[in-house]
Amino acid sequence: MLTWLGYFGRFGQNFLRGAGITLELTAVGLAIGFVLGLLLALARCFGPKWLQKLAGAYIAIFRGTPLLVQLFIIYYGLPEIGIAFSQSTAAYLALGLNSAAYQAEYLRGSINAIGAAQMQAGRAIGLSKWQAIGYVILPQALRLALPSWSNEPISLLKTTAIVFLIAVQDLMAEGKRAATTTFDFVGAYLAIAVVYLLMVFALDALLKFIERKTAIPGMDIETQR
Amino acid sequence: MPKPILTIKNLSKKYGENVIFQDLSLTVNEGDTIVIIGPSGTGKSTLLRCVNLLTRPNEGQIWLDDMEITAKGTDEDQVRQHIGMVFQNFLLFNHLTALDNVKLGLTKVKKMSDEAATRKAMRELTRVGLADRANHYPGQLSGGQQQRVGIARALAMDPRVMLFDEPTSALDPELIGEVLEVMRQLALDGMTMLVVTHEMGFAREVADRIVFMEKGFIVEEGSPDEMFNHPKFPRTREFLWKITELYGKKDKDA
Repeated sequence: MLTWLGYFGRFGQNFLRGAGITLELTAVGLAIGFVLGLLLALARCFGPKWLQKLAGAYIAIFRGTPLLVQLFIIYYGLPEIGIAFSQSTAAYLALGLNSAAYQAEYLRGSINAIGAAQMQAGRAIGLSKWQAIGYVILPQALRLALPSWSNEPISLLKTTAIVFLIAVQDLMAEGKRAATTTFDFVGAYLAIAVVYLLMVFALDALLKFIERKTAIPGMDIETQR
Repeated sequence: MPKPILTIKNLSKKYGENVIFQDLSLTVNEGDTIVIIGPSGTGKSTLLRCVNLLTRPNEGQIWLDDMEITAKGTDEDQVRQHIGMVFQNFLLFNHLTALDNVKLGLTKVKKMSDEAATRKAMRELTRVGLADRANHYPGQLSGGQQQRVGIARALAMDPRVMLFDEPTSALDPELIGEVLEVMRQLALDGMTMLVVTHEMGFAREVADRIVFMEKGFIVEEGSPDEMFNHPKFPRTREFLWKITELYGKKDKDA
């Protein structure tokens, strides 16, 4: 019987490949989620009434249903109406569309916190509404969102594990394969748990680094306290 | 014949049932400093916000020079470039240095080159005495310095008229002087200014006309001498006396 450390010798290559795919899923899902989430947040904060409602409905639906159900609808359901995706595309989409709903809420909160006053100050010097959003509101709102938004990449990295259910060969799938090969479920899953943990630590360090790098001088006293 | 820069005619503003001010008329001539005083909740700030089109009046017209800015189809962004606004809470862009605060409108609205914008912004910062703080962020500046950057930011757009919305009300007493000094200098330089303030010393010294507003109406307006020494209405006298008592003891007996 292998000790769980021994797994790295025997399955190290596979784990590494799986971890790569897990990171890829995280990055792509996060990117799709960020772009869409930002648009949703802007729509909710600055859009016309109908668009606010639409964005609100999107968020309600994607936060209100399990990611797994969304993944299965995209991968197994949509082909029935003629829209078929590869496994990895379906995984990217499900993760991205779902993450967007959460990211939109993080961003909306901080956009509201920056507030109407900053918008007025921007408009007062002649900036258009979208210029004020781009040059005044967002640079501050994104920084403000960063500490709470940092939950999202970390949460998403672990959530990607469900895509092994549509046979994407991520770290979870590699762990399952190692487990069924050796019949040592504790050891195999402990081993990939360690890999997940290391990735989360690295990601967390990266996020903290970004937070430090983007801190506004003079405002950091508050965040360091 | 003095040239009117800002003409406000029969302006009314209400939020639902709540009438902020009604049928208000006021003319600001080129180079004038008009100080608006009055109890809080009287509509002074709302009036400034209407002039800057940050909020729309319900009735009445405002002209900037010969252009009616309240007309339908007015390019608000265009109008605001020509009207500088200084806020009670400074409202600097906290993520930008003092220099970049002043530059933003120059590069993004006036589309000046970075170099030209830097030169212009430095000139404005020098004007408010903060050239040496150009690379400081708002969080690293005192309230008085922040407000002076706010003034420089508005001045950089070369406005026709400057609006000041209680520019010193959020400041510690020892920081008020530096801001008033900058405003006094502006007035001397011939800037047209519409100032809402409780600083009676400033009003008395710098204003060409003082306008006393209460409950959405202009009660009385006149020169500082008329207003302080021979007000027509007892209410004006009462208010001026009270506010002078509160804000500037020394002005009372002068």
